[in-house]
Amino acid sequence: MQQHFQGSTMARALVLGAAIGVATLAGTPSSARAEDTITLGSAISITGKYSQEGKNASDGYNFAVKAINDKGGVKIGGKTYKLAVKYYDDESTPSRTAQLLERIINQDGIKYILGPYGSGPTKAAAPVTEKYKIPMVESEGASRSLFTQGYRYMFAALSTSDQYLSPLIDLAAELAEKNGKKPGDLKIAMAFENDPFSLDVRAGVVETAKKYNMKIVVDDKMPRDLSDISATLTKIKALKPDVILFSGHTKGATTATRQMKEMGINAPIIGVTHCESAKLTSQFGAAAEGLLCPTQWAETLKYKDDVFGTAMDYNKAFLAAHSEYKNVPYQVAQGSAAVEIWADAFRRAQSLDPEKLRDALAATDMQTFYGNIKFSPEGNNIAKPMVLRQIQGGQYVVVAPTKYAADPVVYPRKAPQ
Amino acid sequence: MWDNLLILVNAPVFNVQLLLNGLSVGAVFALAAYGLALVWGVTSVKNLAQGDFVMMGGYLGYELSRHGVHPIAAIVPVALLMFAYGWLIYKLIIRRVIQLDLFTSLLATFGLAITMQQVLNLVFGPDVRTLKSGFGRFELFDGMVDITQIRVIAFGLCIVLAVAMVLFLRNSRMGQAIRATAQDPRAARVLGVNTDLVYALTFSINSAICGVAGVIIAMIWVIQPFYGIAYSVRAFVIVTAAGLGNFPAVILTSLGLGVIEQYSGFILGAQFQQATVVGLLLVILMWRQTLLRRHRLALQ
Repeated sequence: MQQHFQGSTMARALVLGAAIGVATLAGTPSSARAEDTITLGSAISITGKYSQEGKNASDGYNFAVKAINDKGGVKIGGKTYKLAVKYYDDESTPSRTAQLLERIINQDGIKYILGPYGSGPTKAAAPVTEKYKIPMVESEGASRSLFTQGYRYMFAALSTSDQYLSPLIDLAAELAEKNGKKPGDLKIAMAFENDPFSLDVRAGVVETAKKYNMKIVVDDKMPRDLSDISATLTKIKALKPDVILFSGHTKGATTATRQMKEMGINAPIIGVTHCESAKLTSQFGAAAEGLLCPTQWAETLKYKDDVFGTAMDYNKAFLAAHSEYKNVPYQVAQGSAAVEIWADAFRRAQSLDPEKLRDALAATDMQTFYGNIKFSPEGNNIAKPMVLRQIQGGQYVVVAPTKYAADPVVYPRKAPQ
Repeated sequence: MWDNLLILVNAPVFNVQLLLNGLSVGAVFALAAYGLALVWGVTSVKNLAQGDFVMMGGYLGYELSRHGVHPIAAIVPVALLMFAYGWLIYKLIIRRVIQLDLFTSLLATFGLAITMQQVLNLVFGPDVRTLKSGFGRFELFDGMVDITQIRVIAFGLCIVLAVAMVLFLRNSRMGQAIRATAQDPRAARVLGVNTDLVYALTFSINSAICGVAGVIIAMIWVIQPFYGIAYSVRAFVIVTAAGLGNFPAVILTSLGLGVIEQYSGFILGAQFQQATVVGLLLVILMWRQTLLRRHRLALQ
């Protein structure tokens, strides 16, 4: 039902036409000095339900393309190439993504792909790039299931969804040991929404908890239209767990924070996803203090590279160039990282051959402002952990991984007054 | 599952917590169900947009509170606004489908539901909203059991409203006209009851009740343009289980349902909360069917 306002076919055709027009304009340098430009192709959501996130991703792509070109572009075999991206609008529909990729590869002859936005469209894109043996670097599809299909030509910059809350278990174990407790004695209570993303998150937690031999005492799955979790919370109250975890998009975060406060529930460690989109700090103030929230990237991290400098430098430069943003969503940052990964692969491969580039991508081992990049044989990035931020004094403060953290974690969490 | 049952046996105090939560949840369901039963009984229109009226009430409360009105104080203006909205919808849509077959009115209210969702989405955006009542909570049994004051207030409000409705229907002249129309609209018309007015009033009262429920829901849970469906479904389950025209039964069923949901959530897990309710409805309907058949056989 949420898709009813995507506009009429006519309007869509117009937008698509405009998008192609813009894309062709963006691509004009390639016709002027075609031999000196490497064109990457992407079918991304310009209209439809992911239009905002699609804009974030393509802004990230464009920002990195410009930065790399400003630094002289990419040198291959003594010749300098500029980068360019050709976009098509997939209307937030996976089947359209697949069609457009066929077009990009067959009609436009583009051999280097940047991913679409979202796990759904990425799932639709991968079989196409695989069929034509064209490498794709994607940065906006986190579902674990993308990396169990044995795709050879897909590489992902971001952490998969099963890693959203599992670092919290590692952190809990680390803190327990520091405080003279055995990690195996810890009790976990958790509730996840019954949707593919949240269940991915849950799978990661279950696996990590097993590693430490921790006991999961509450493991509830919340239906999508459930707005009262007091039964689950009563159980949690009775069992006094050491770790409480919630993942259920914005509604889950809002409901959990409000009802935990109402029922006076606290634990040394509480992890919640989607804190920022649920606006927990402004909605609940003190009740949101001390909650741990995972994110793909934060500008206070101590990562850096040659193109942008540190994460903070990137943050400043992007905000200076894009006044319409108040802060940099991680979708933007990972989009830029994907372009950096491509540039790095071109440099190392010293070739324009897709097969050689695939091998170069597979051997990627670099640090970007977004994080370290190294791919597993399945194509997901195994070098960048999820970042945990804790709400401290109404601000999101990076507390883990401890190596890149800005501040220490407040542990155990204090019960809000 | 057995572990959870053991908790309840070993620490009976948690039963109190579940009961309190269940009753307050049930009281809120009772409002939406009560309105539905009223409209269903009198006009025989099954209002599929019931939950969306609830959400709209919540959003009106949200808008008022943004302008500095305390949510509790917002209940009265929201009820009045929703009453007017209900009147408008009756004149525009419901009046035209009331005499037509069941399918037409279902389609009409379903269309209304979609329209209301999308308009709320356009105006307020898809974000989840809540209202801050600013009340604290009561702690019982050394803090082992607690309930927020707003839930107690909500429970009280629901009961007061329900009792007022029963008295209104039983004693007032208009209440008599409503009951007469519910029994036989044609006979009522012959005897001088303005049935069109009765229908309009019934629908508007329902709309106002939903509005109140919406403000209360925004204070104890969350509202979002597309969450109305959950309340529609619950209202239908309650009214179907309780039977039409039996208002005390509707209230008792709602409270019972709230408590059962809490217990099933505690013992089986949140994933079974709604399944239990729907399963129970199935059992009730089958049981009733068997009773009817036995009755029929006895008559033969």
